[in-house]
This record gives sequence, structure tokens and C-alpha cells, in this order.
Amino acid sequence: MTETTLAVEMRGIVKRFPGVVANDHVDFDVRVGEVHALLGENGAGKSTLMNILAGLYGADEGTIRVHDRVVKLHSPRDAIAVGLGMVHQHFTLVDSLTVTENILLGLDEPRFWMNLPLYEAKVESLAAKTGLAVDPAAKIWQLSVGEQQRVEILKMLYRGAEILIMDEPTAVLAPQEIDELFETLRGMTAAGASVVFISHKLDEVTRIADRVTVMRRGQVTAAGEPAAGKTKRDLAQLMVGREVLESIDKATVSPGQIVLEMTGVSATSDRGLRCLDAVDLRIRSGQIIGLAGVAGNGQSELAEVITGLRECTGSIKVNGQELANRPVAEAIDAGVAHVPEDRTGIGSAPNLSLTDNLIMKAYRSRPIGHGWSIDDSVARARAQELKDLYEVSAPSINTQARLLSGGNLQRLILAREISSEPGLMVAVQPTRGLDVGAIETVHKLLLEQREGGMAVLLISEDLDEILMLADRVAVIYEGRISRSIPVGEAEVGELGLMMTGSVTDATAGPTPRA
Amino acid sequence: MSATSPTRRSLLPFALRMERRLESPRGLGALTTIGAVVVALLISAVIIWWQGGDPIDVYAHIVRSSLGSIGVVSDTLVKATPLIFTGLACSVAFRMRLWNIGAEGQLMMGAWGASAVVLVGWLPDGTASFIYLPLMLLAGLGMGGLWGGIAGWLRARFNVNEIITTLMLVYISQEWVKFWVFGPWSEGGFQMTERFPREAWLPRLTDHSDLVSDFAGLTVHLGFALAVVAAVAVWWFLNRTGKGYEIRLIGDNPRAARYAGIDIGRTIILVMLISGALAGLAGAAEVSGVVHRLQDNFSPGYGFTGIIVAFLARFNPLGVIVAAIAFGALILAGREIQPAGIPQMIQGVVLFCVIASDVFLRYRVRLVRR
Repeated sequence: MTETTLAVEMRGIVKRFPGVVANDHVDFDVRVGEVHALLGENGAGKSTLMNILAGLYGADEGTIRVHDRVVKLHSPRDAIAVGLGMVHQHFTLVDSLTVTENILLGLDEPRFWMNLPLYEAKVESLAAKTGLAVDPAAKIWQLSVGEQQRVEILKMLYRGAEILIMDEPTAVLAPQEIDELFETLRGMTAAGASVVFISHKLDEVTRIADRVTVMRRGQVTAAGEPAAGKTKRDLAQLMVGREVLESIDKATVSPGQIVLEMTGVSATSDRGLRCLDAVDLRIRSGQIIGLAGVAGNGQSELAEVITGLRECTGSIKVNGQELANRPVAEAIDAGVAHVPEDRTGIGSAPNLSLTDNLIMKAYRSRPIGHGWSIDDSVARARAQELKDLYEVSAPSINTQARLLSGGNLQRLILAREISSEPGLMVAVQPTRGLDVGAIETVHKLLLEQREGGMAVLLISEDLDEILMLADRVAVIYEGRISRSIPVGEAEVGELGLMMTGSVTDATAGPTPRA
Repeated sequence: MSATSPTRRSLLPFALRMERRLESPRGLGALTTIGAVVVALLISAVIIWWQGGDPIDVYAHIVRSSLGSIGVVSDTLVKATPLIFTGLACSVAFRMRLWNIGAEGQLMMGAWGASAVVLVGWLPDGTASFIYLPLMLLAGLGMGGLWGGIAGWLRARFNVNEIITTLMLVYISQEWVKFWVFGPWSEGGFQMTERFPREAWLPRLTDHSDLVSDFAGLTVHLGFALAVVAAVAVWWFLNRTGKGYEIRLIGDNPRAARYAGIDIGRTIILVMLISGALAGLAGAAEVSGVVHRLQDNFSPGYGFTGIIVAFLARFNPLGVIVAAIAFGALILAGREIQPAGIPQMIQGVVLFCVIASDVFLRYRVRLVRR
């Protein structure tokens, strides 16, 4: 087995989704026995590319060779048949079944009689051989996240995978578990397997990868270069990029009094891990603070503690009123608006009408609410007015929210939140997945609110967006927020390093907080 | 991305393709329901024919014996009255995806509460109707609400599945009523209480035959009017009040409801109280308007039929009135049709078809040539 033998070779892969080219003539290859890191921001196209390789999507153009043979992958079954197995970020395990049962799930063998002991022995020997220690008879719910991940890997190896695609495998792991995972991966590549390692975290990439490919906006910006020769700074620059920004007129607004003041706020995630760590943050009226960071570093949880959706320790004051661990309704009354990341799952009620969706935060108070009752005609008039003003394109205010496109749904949510005349707006990934026109609308609306004296916390993964809109920028990484610095002083490469956890603070000197 | 099913090899020259509906035309719900009922009647006809019956004869008989004369229409409305209440009880809860399947138990407790007003003997003989009746209805409402509220509290506080608790509470309530009618309130050892005094009866049309002679023999009672009023009130509650809006919001997307600042636990308890109270009214109206005493097995499963009524009405309170009358007619006809299982069979098939027809509300079905 020589270094240069190619296990996988993808050439000229094109994949279009409505309105976007997710992969634009992408070339990618994996050698036998290497760990190949695939770097890029969310939406850069790396997941799409790997889903094509795993047989989940069909490519519109391009060829895939596995061990020098052209393959057509129509399903994950085809992919696994040629030795390609993907471990997804969100595990696909059945909690109430044992490890062995999960591994056998969907296979043709055993047919009717389970004969579990036989297969448990098989799984055990495979686990021993690959160093993926796990009890084959244990139920999934009894295992730690790291062990569950091993089961996912075993599942693929049991099916004969020689090329393992791992989608952000470290995102859910504790540091100790990450070390163990890397140990396993090294063992596997030494035995002749190949690993594609999707990640945002430069530290990990430089630790584990032999080569690295960087993607940005659907294209490859660095193809299969030796990881050893790259500095983190180079990689960050390649990943985050810097494009000439469309100029946007930003009026000068002098910041007013402090609206949001968070001191020492910590919280735990749904999994019980610490996701916010002694966060301090201040926002003044007429100011947009851009919070940059790669998804999953505590952004959603930060928005949730401010809006009362998540418990925390520490103090959160909005216009002097303490809101930590208070009911959501109290935050709404205190003038906190929230544009959630999950527009369909949290921000709207899909089967209810536009009217019902637009009055979500206004139905308790006049003129819509009168004690117990709701004035339907006022509600409908208000909905019609907002629909026209914010150009939500839909047949009528009776249309169900689920029928709206992403951009229109976001206009609806912004219409609702802005019309509540809040003092503070928490906007999480407000433009993700939107087309250019809708993005412009959202940007325009946010800047208008800033001029109107609102304090805005803009949480985004898109650095360009933050640099364009925000007055000051801070970076969140693993639940810790850096000091904020004026956007003018921010340097893209430095921010990129901070977002990927390579340096912890932007400037060494004492920068006054916002 | 369009939601098309993966293509499979097929022997047919056509493929069925399901496409997600982007628009829901007005009246599609009602139209689909009517279509589903027609299909159900056709399926039932085949079964009746297979059993050696003449379907047309059977259907004609059902219509005759439930709607054929003013007398049987009155009987149909009597049967429909508890079904409207239990149908409303289920609709309110189901709107929030709170599966209260124990309306039967709440009905039992409501009937017991109303009976207790008469039987504990605190009110002197000859107490006027206008004191008896409101107290009985309030007691029924309260006991039903309590019974529903227990399940609601358990769900809100400990996240105990309400399907289990409401069903279990049915059995408790049945034994509870049995205990009282066999024991303390038994009349001469029979499994029934003594007959209530006239003042504790809900007024019937026949009671006023001295004013309008045509009312003679019409047993439809004030409970029916109350049920219709309740339906309108529930409609108003769900569509025109803040709480009703919260219920609809929680039912559609609990996470959005939480985001909108709604206390979901409190709303669960409130809804179960309301749902139980409505079912309790069914029990109170039944003992006070029809049976005039509490007895074992006085309900032929009105609470459970209420579930079907609610689904048939697609949880629309005004639709509940129509669905309840249709089922009242079926129950009435059931007494005369042989084999007696036919009306239940029709009920089952109707429910099955209505639930299955939901798919046509969400999807447009197309035949595509290969």
C-alpha cells in the first residue's frame, strides 16, 4: 500500500439546489490510509459534497471513482457496497436497542432468528480489532455520547466501510473523548482505512489531518494540501475569505444608554454540558453588536437565556430589569424581541394563518387583546397592515405560514418582532438560507432599527454580514465570549482564528467594553 | 424540492404521485369529510350485503327510524345531546393535542355530582327547579372538571401521559358510580337510585304539551339547547379569546408557544378542566333530562363516541353539533336493526374513512403516466 494510491476521486462535482450552487465543479480526493480534513464554514458546501459521496444526494454533474472504478451512487446502500460509510453529526441509533441490534439494523443477515450471542461475539471481535471498545450487549441509552459515536463507526465498519466520512465528529464530544477518537482514527488509517474529517476547528485539523481541503461558497479554495505545511492563519483566511463588500449606507448613530447588560452568565445545554461560561456582554441603544462564531458554540443558548427560554446563572438586565430565569412573557413585556434561528420550529406555527402568526406577541395587550377576548377585526387589520408594510408575499392573511418561502417567513417574523417596538432585538442567523433579495431586506430592517435607537445582538456565522452591519464585533467560542472591538479595528484573519479556537482574544491591549 | 415518492418498478402503466398541497381551498375540509362519509357508507353497504342484508333497505330504515317523524327526530336529538357535550370535550383537548380519551369517566362523575345534589338530602323536599337545576349542572360541571383536572395536573406537573390517566380514571369513575348505586343510594337493592323529584328534571317539550299540543311525547329536553349554546361558546372561546388562541398555538407548535411566552403547563390544566367540565355536563344533563335517576350503565359509551364525533367534526365545535346528531341517529336506529352490530360497524368505518381522508387535505393525488 503506497501513499499515493487514491481511495476516492471526485471530479467536477456540481450540485444545484433551487437558487444556489452548493457545489461548483468541485474536485476532491482521498488517499488510502490518510485522514483528509474538509474545512469550511456552514453553507460552504462540504456537507453537500459528502452527502453526494455517501449516496444521499445525486450529483448533477461530475464523476466519482472509488479505487479507480467509476461508481454511480443512488443510495447509501450503493455507497456502503463500495466501502463508503458516513457517520452523521446527529446519531442514527435506536436508544432502546442494544449496540449489536443497532449494528444489525437494516442488514439482510440475520434473517429471522436473531441469534444475538453469535453476532455479539462478532461485534466484540471487530471492536477489539479496531480499538473501539464498547459493550455489544449494552443498550444505547446507557452509553455516553463518545461511546455512541463508536457504535456509529462500528456500524459502518461492520458493513465493510473502508472510507469513513465523519461529519463534525468532535462537535458533540468532550476533550477526553476527542483524544480517544483521534487515537481510534489513527489506528484505523494505520490498518489501511481512509477518513474524511469534516470540521471547523483548526486545532483539531492540524492535529489529526494528513491533508486538508478548504471550501468556500461551493468552491474549493485549497485542494488536498499537506496539513503540516499550513499555518492556522492561512487556513482561517482560506476558510473565512474576504470579498469586496457591497457597500451599504450606514448612518452614524451615537450609542445611547446601556440596554442589555449580562454579567457572569453561565448555562448548560440540553445534553447537560456547559455551553455558556461566565459570559459578560453589554449593548447600548442604537448599537449593533455582532457576535461571530461557528454554529454550536453556545449562540442559540445565549439567545435563549436572554429571552427567558433557558435557565442560567448570573445576571441579565434589560433597561435595568433583571430577566435571568424569569418567564418568557416577562422578557417580551420588557421589550426583548427574538428572531430565532429555527424559523419553522420555533419562530412560527406552520398550520396557523399569517394573522395568528403575526399576533403571537401582541394578543395579550390592547388593541388586539381585551381582557379575555381577542378583537378579531383589529387583529386582521393589523396583520394586513404588517403584511403590506413588510412585503410578505402570500395570497392573503388567511394563508398558512408553512406555505411561505424562507425569505417571506423571515419577513413575517421580523414584522412581528419589530412591530412589538422592542428595546432589544436578539437576531440569530437572521439571513441563513435566504436568497440575496431577502438578505438585503433583513439587513436594511436591522439597520433601520439601529437608527431608531434599538439595541441589536446580531448572532451570525457570516463574518461579512457582521462586518457590514455591526458597530462592534465579539467572538463566541465554546461558550466564552471575547471582548468586543470596534468593527473598524477587526481583522478578518484574527477573527477567523478566534472563531476556530486558535487564539482566545482579539487584542492584547485593554479594549474598553462597549 | 418537491416531495415526490421514490419511483419503484410497477406493473401498472400509471403511478400514483402524492404532491404536497400548497393551497388549501375553502371548504375542502367539509367536502373531504362528506366524501369520506359517502365512501364509508359504500363500504358498509358491501359488508351489509355480504351479511345477507339489503343495504338500501337498511339505510332507508336508519333514516326512517331516526329522522322519519317529529317524534323520532326528538329521540335523535335526545341521543345527540350527550354526544355534543362529549364531542366538545374531546375537541377542546384534541385541538391542543391533549388526548383526553376519558370523557366517559368525566361524564360519569358529572352524573354522580348532579345526582348527589338531589340525593344527599340537604335540599328540602319541594325545592324549586330554578334552585335544583343550576346546582345540579354546576355540580356536574365541577365533578367532570375535577376528574379532567386530575389528569391535566398529572400531565403538567409530572408529564404523565394523559391517554393512560384519563382512561384509568374512567374505570375508577365507573366503580365509583357502581358503589353508590349498589350501596348507599340503592333503591331496594336494585342497582339504581330512587327517581329524582320532578323539580330536578330538565324541562322537556312534552312537559309543555298543555300549551302546544304537538309537543306531546317529545322527550327532547333543555339539555339539547344548552349543548348547542355550549358549542357556540366553545367556538367563541377557541377562536376569539386569548386562551383559545394559546390552545391553538400550543396544538400546532408547542415550541413556538413557549417562545411566545405561554405557560404550557397551566394551559394544559385549564384545558383539561374545561374538557372535563363539558363531559361532566353531558352526565348531568343525561341523569337530569333523560334517566331521572343515577343507575349502573346509564351511558352506552357516550364519552367514547364523543372521540369519534370530535374527529368527524375535525375538532370544529359547530361541526360537532352535526356529527353528534348523525351519530345520535345511528344509535337510535341501532335498537331496531339486526344484527345489532351494524350501526357500530358503520360508526367504525366512518371514523376510519374520515381519519384516512386527512391525507387529501395535505396532499393532492395525481395519476402519472409512465
